Amino acid sequence: MAASRSTAKSAETSAATSANPPTSPRALVLGGNRIPFARAGGKYAHASNQDMLTAALDGLVARYGLQGERIGEVAAGAVLKHSRDFNLTREVVLGSALSPETPAYDLQQACATGLETVVSLSNKIRLGQIESGVAGGVDTTSDAPIAVSEGLRRALLDLSRAKSVGQKLAAAAKIRPKDLAPATPRTSEPRTGLSMGEHQALTTAQWGITREAQDEVAFASHQRLAAAWDAGFFDDLVTPYRGQSVDGNLRADTSLEKLAKLKPTFGLTLDAPPTMTAGNSTPLTDGASTVLLGNDAWADEHGLTPLAVVVDAEAGAVDFVHGVDGLLMAPAFAVPRLLARNGLTLADFDYVEIHEAFAATVLTTLAAWESEEFGKERLGLAGAFGTVDRDRLNVHGSSLAAGHPFAATGGRIVATISKELHARKAAEGRPVRALVSVCAAGGLGLTAILEAA
Amino acid sequence: MGDTYLNLVNSGVTAKIAKQLGLPQPAPLRRYRPGSPLLGGPALVVGQGTDADAVAALLSTRWDVEVHRHATPELRYAAVVLVLTQVSHPDELSAPVLAAAGVLRSLSRGGRVVTMSREATADDAPAVAAARQGVDGLLRSLAKELRGGSTGNGIVLAGDVAADAPSVVGALRFFLSTRSAFVDGQLLTVSSGAGTLPETWERPLEGRVAVVTGAARGIGESIADTLARDGATVVAVDMPSAGEQLTRVANRVRGTALQLDVTADDAGARILEHALARHGRLDIVVHNAGITRDKLLANMSPDKWDSVLAVNIAAQLRINEALLTSGDFTDAPRIVSLASTSGIAGNRGQTNYAASKGGVIGMVRATAPLLEAFGGTANAVAPGFIETEMTARIPAVTRQVARRLNSLQQGGQPVDVAEAVAFLASPAAGGVVGRVLRVCGQNMVGQ
Repeated sequence: MAASRSTAKSAETSAATSANPPTSPRALVLGGNRIPFARAGGKYAHASNQDMLTAALDGLVARYGLQGERIGEVAAGAVLKHSRDFNLTREVVLGSALSPETPAYDLQQACATGLETVVSLSNKIRLGQIESGVAGGVDTTSDAPIAVSEGLRRALLDLSRAKSVGQKLAAAAKIRPKDLAPATPRTSEPRTGLSMGEHQALTTAQWGITREAQDEVAFASHQRLAAAWDAGFFDDLVTPYRGQSVDGNLRADTSLEKLAKLKPTFGLTLDAPPTMTAGNSTPLTDGASTVLLGNDAWADEHGLTPLAVVVDAEAGAVDFVHGVDGLLMAPAFAVPRLLARNGLTLADFDYVEIHEAFAATVLTTLAAWESEEFGKERLGLAGAFGTVDRDRLNVHGSSLAAGHPFAATGGRIVATISKELHARKAAEGRPVRALVSVCAAGGLGLTAILEAA
Repeated sequence: MGDTYLNLVNSGVTAKIAKQLGLPQPAPLRRYRPGSPLLGGPALVVGQGTDADAVAALLSTRWDVEVHRHATPELRYAAVVLVLTQVSHPDELSAPVLAAAGVLRSLSRGGRVVTMSREATADDAPAVAAARQGVDGLLRSLAKELRGGSTGNGIVLAGDVAADAPSVVGALRFFLSTRSAFVDGQLLTVSSGAGTLPETWERPLEGRVAVVTGAARGIGESIADTLARDGATVVAVDMPSAGEQLTRVANRVRGTALQLDVTADDAGARILEHALARHGRLDIVVHNAGITRDKLLANMSPDKWDSVLAVNIAAQLRINEALLTSGDFTDAPRIVSLASTSGIAGNRGQTNYAASKGGVIGMVRATAPLLEAFGGTANAVAPGFIETEMTARIPAVTRQVARRLNSLQQGGQPVDVAEAVAFLASPAAGGVVGRVLRVCGQNMVGQ
């Protein structure tokens, strides 16, 4: 079948449908593929971003028989990215089983990168600009780019511009021994110098989130992710890579007792007692994910069952530098705007996926939505925004258990919850909705609504 | 997986030494390449009667082979076909057999001898049955005498099956071609005139959708490659943990990957759902997934026994049942299952494996009649010693001995098994039902 789909034929259908679309096409999630996430320094220690994203993409191609297919566009990105990877996604496409005529672009929005690729490709599909797309993201902290210091960088640039021996010697003489230390990438905020964990610790204390509540979120995450693996839920969502066949960070045997024994790692200098540990914070992780998107005609032509519709999305940002809001609190503002625009409340969602950057991130977001004061004063509502039933929250676990390779998290969440939405609708025959929320560095947040197709 | 010994006895000084010492001298086997001619030289067709005439006409007019009806002394023949379907007394074997004997010394390397005869039954006149059954012994012995990578195989026509029935034609072409490089000393029975000849012998599986289990590596990987080469759209199935290799295979053959544990209760339904949704149909199922957990029976643990039976036979039964009751597996469907010479002759330390593989032979025999109404078949392929990652783990000396214990004095390649599977999966093989085709280089054990 794959052989019979010629490039010329795709070009014809593309032209025919985009010339004058009668109604806006739906942007559908048709499937996904990721590699198991591995702890930093583990099985992917020597895999590059390009290696991992290619593996995830090739697995997607194999699952859906897309060899030689010209996809409308592939969009992906990485948070920690070497400058030589300026065209990472296009290079990945060229090294994959897809048609080399598949266009691609890189995108970067910190930890929201993965979800933003889904949103932006969905928008192109809805506009009729493309019929299909692959969204994706990848990150490695094991193979992170290392830069030279500012001093060395300037001296080297001067050296390359120097013409005479004298100029060269002068440029080289500016290099000081301290300049030779490599500058490793940091996850700290450029404007505050605080790490993300220290920022969250401030917010955690501000909202009075307890250690026990955080450990419970972490425990549930591991329990639920382990159950999904055991049930074979990921058989058609994950392809093993380099000997890693299950998420490496998953601890199926963890317990509240074990989590309670861990020493706090963030917020040690605050007045409030520290509550954030390695157990209720995400570890550094390597991994890649992809999501297959398309409109109804393309799905039909390829014999693919639509799993979910990408309904709408809303980005947000908070002034964490000068304002009172925590670094990772943008979704607390974006979601109410998103739901208002769509005439929905939290009660209308069967599933709520809040990326677990830290257990406390989820809890501070929920606390803000449950707060009368926050609702009235910050959101301009009559009262509290609403509550989220814990049975609907991160039903197959989230980043605390799976790990969090920054740009790959969005794709993991979208593919997982889309499969769940489809199964639930098939079982119950009624509309089923999911809310997705991802916080990101720089005070950013990206949220989206998915509905079972 | 290399065979160092085979390379040594076929090159330079070491070849001379081996010859002087009288060591076994296995010949490198030629494998099929699309586009190459069926035979590398003329064929001699011996035998009297209309069947012999029909075979000669088929070879010369349809397959473009230079055919001789009488041997030219010293000429190097690429194949000898003995048409013995019309013999009615052992005395009548003499003329054709001795005519063939005259050219065996000058048979090309990698030559082919194929007998065509009728099945001996209890209803035959004693002299007829004696003549027919005599071909069996003749062929098996002759195959053991051939050297230089040449093989001898036979086609047995049951009942009143015509000499030009699709499966007789298909089997003749398979045995003459390099596709049957490691099939030796075998007699394949054609039960009926069912089956259709392909439009082109290069791509007999065009338009067919095939599922191959255990497709991530080894023999299964080669089956996926071979079916795709012959024109099939392939669904490559393997355990979720083998997904990385499976992806590579699926992308290479431009098929789809389905990560699935074949022992799952709903495996059959999931295979069918995937094939229908993605490819619109399902025509061929190759049950290749299998495991070994070797132990003497006295030391056998329940886990070792049960897991082998679960994967190697119970899963196949369950998947077949799901397909047969679905109503979507009815357009001349093909089931090809992997048996083993262990399941025929037995093997020390493999009671569990041999029980499962013997089970496969019984299963295809009893499943074939259920498929006959819609032109379907079920058959098994029984590999002998094949050079795979699995056999590479056998201790070196044992492995060297195991390789030489057949008429071709070497191990087969995964593609040899795959070629036999592809033949049984082809539309032409519709008259071959419930049989076991051995791919073993005429292993000394069993039939």
